Amino acid sequence: MKGYNFAYLDEQTKRMIRRALLKAVAIPGHQVPFGSREMPLPYGWGTGGIQVTASVLGAGDVLKVIDQGADDTTNAVSIRRFFARTAGVHTTTRTADATVIQTRHRIPEQTLRDDQIIVYQVPQPEPLYRLESSRIETRRMHALADYGLMHVKLYEDIARFGQISISYDYPVMVNRRHLMSPSPIPAFDNPKLHRMPTLQLFGAGREKRIYAIPPWTEVRSLDFDDHPFRPIRAPHPCGLCGATDSYLDEVVIDDRGGRLFVCSDTDHCAERRAAGHVGTEGLKEAAE
Amino acid sequence: MTDETLLSARKLSLSYGMLPALVDVDVDLWPGEMLAVVGESGSGKTTLLNVLSGRLAPDAGAVWYRDPDGHLHDVHAMPAPALRTLHRSDWGFVHQDPRQNLRMNVTAGGNVGERLMAQGARHYGSIREQAIDWLTQVEIDAGRIDDMPRTFSGGMLQRLQIARTLVTHPRLVFMDEPTGSLDVSVQARLLDLIRSLVTRLNIAVVLVTHDIGVARLLAHRIIVMQRGRVVETGLTDQVLDDPQHPYTQLLVSSVLHA
Repeated sequence: MKGYNFAYLDEQTKRMIRRALLKAVAIPGHQVPFGSREMPLPYGWGTGGIQVTASVLGAGDVLKVIDQGADDTTNAVSIRRFFARTAGVHTTTRTADATVIQTRHRIPEQTLRDDQIIVYQVPQPEPLYRLESSRIETRRMHALADYGLMHVKLYEDIARFGQISISYDYPVMVNRRHLMSPSPIPAFDNPKLHRMPTLQLFGAGREKRIYAIPPWTEVRSLDFDDHPFRPIRAPHPCGLCGATDSYLDEVVIDDRGGRLFVCSDTDHCAERRAAGHVGTEGLKEAAE
Repeated sequence: MTDETLLSARKLSLSYGMLPALVDVDVDLWPGEMLAVVGESGSGKTTLLNVLSGRLAPDAGAVWYRDPDGHLHDVHAMPAPALRTLHRSDWGFVHQDPRQNLRMNVTAGGNVGERLMAQGARHYGSIREQAIDWLTQVEIDAGRIDDMPRTFSGGMLQRLQIARTLVTHPRLVFMDEPTGSLDVSVQARLLDLIRSLVTRLNIAVVLVTHDIGVARLLAHRIIVMQRGRVVETGLTDQVLDDPQHPYTQLLVSSVLHA
């Protein structure tokens, strides 16, 4: 696009972000400060992710953007169009075709490969922020690997509710050293973080932090020996494609209590339906 | 008692601007011993406690701590992670105001279990078991394990703080006026509790108090401080029954006998 540098950001900024990324990859799970720029979208809409994506994007890359698993929501569509216009890269909705995937709140159902990069949009990079309000203190806790407080939170959950009641943004221990927020992905997606072949980059624009998980890194969800981590999933098959192993969204379909459970990953659902899988709702449609 | 001290301080000096808070203070503490530091307000008692526990660096002098393997460590030259580890395992700190130490938005069980979890305990059942055990030891009803500390009385809060501190079986506990804010009957019970726990677990204690009665009841040895200096030191009964220094004499004679 005329008047803009490739991928919107100027080269000095990209250089600065890449340096932060290199440091982040060298210390898995450690939050690296960076000079976050004003972006042409509001904080909370993915300013961190979009800056990281702009810095790693090359002319030959194919970009996929998802928002809570969906390729067709406002956030996903506008970020995809933004890079199509400012960088002229190809975009796709197919997970397998993408080389860079920017995501908000989900990891695609399809297993990612080692030639792909996944970029997470992060609203709050500090996993301890609800427990310890002082950033000086949380930084000290990270430096000394003093994470007893996080387990106190889990203990409290079990004492009060009989189980660990964190359903998203479930804290993880990266490389047995750093406590990390996986961004608000559902706890269902946490096991996918562990030893993923893909480079995982996390950008928090408002909080001005970047962190990363290099490929094949050990990522463990925090738990107790006698209360092991359980990924939570709605106990239904997908209404459209019949999948029983994907993360589901609950959709209210009428005002008489009607509910439909569908895959949150729209690309996964569409591909399954194209391959001939049909769910209960799809059968009803066919009957009509 | 062995010849080897647990904690030794030599020539500690610290001043706040022109105000000398510590002047050439020497302290020795043996394993399992209770040492009381007495003196009036502003005599440097709390400063001494903070310097001994590594929370405040002295202008001059050194504090040495002997770890369980017999190695000596200069507390103020230790790397921060090592000192932090020491503070959450081998050492404990009991504040005058339990709210400073407790997490008021975390249940009693979570408060007691925190040090265990910080040390790497990862079995919910056993953490809970130990929490119940400790609540019972400090005479808090085990049924209150899931209650918030804000529903506890002052005396219970102080006992909860003691449970939270002792759960990791520290070898050395620093106490800053542990009975200061409690009424007399609760004080007596708490002192009794501290004495029995400390004796049974063989914990060394540095106890700061302005209350001679507390010192006489609990401490083996006593240090009397005035304006940052140690004016008298010795066995508790000896010092209190036969005070040599004029200030100590004044201090002892000013206690009301009920």
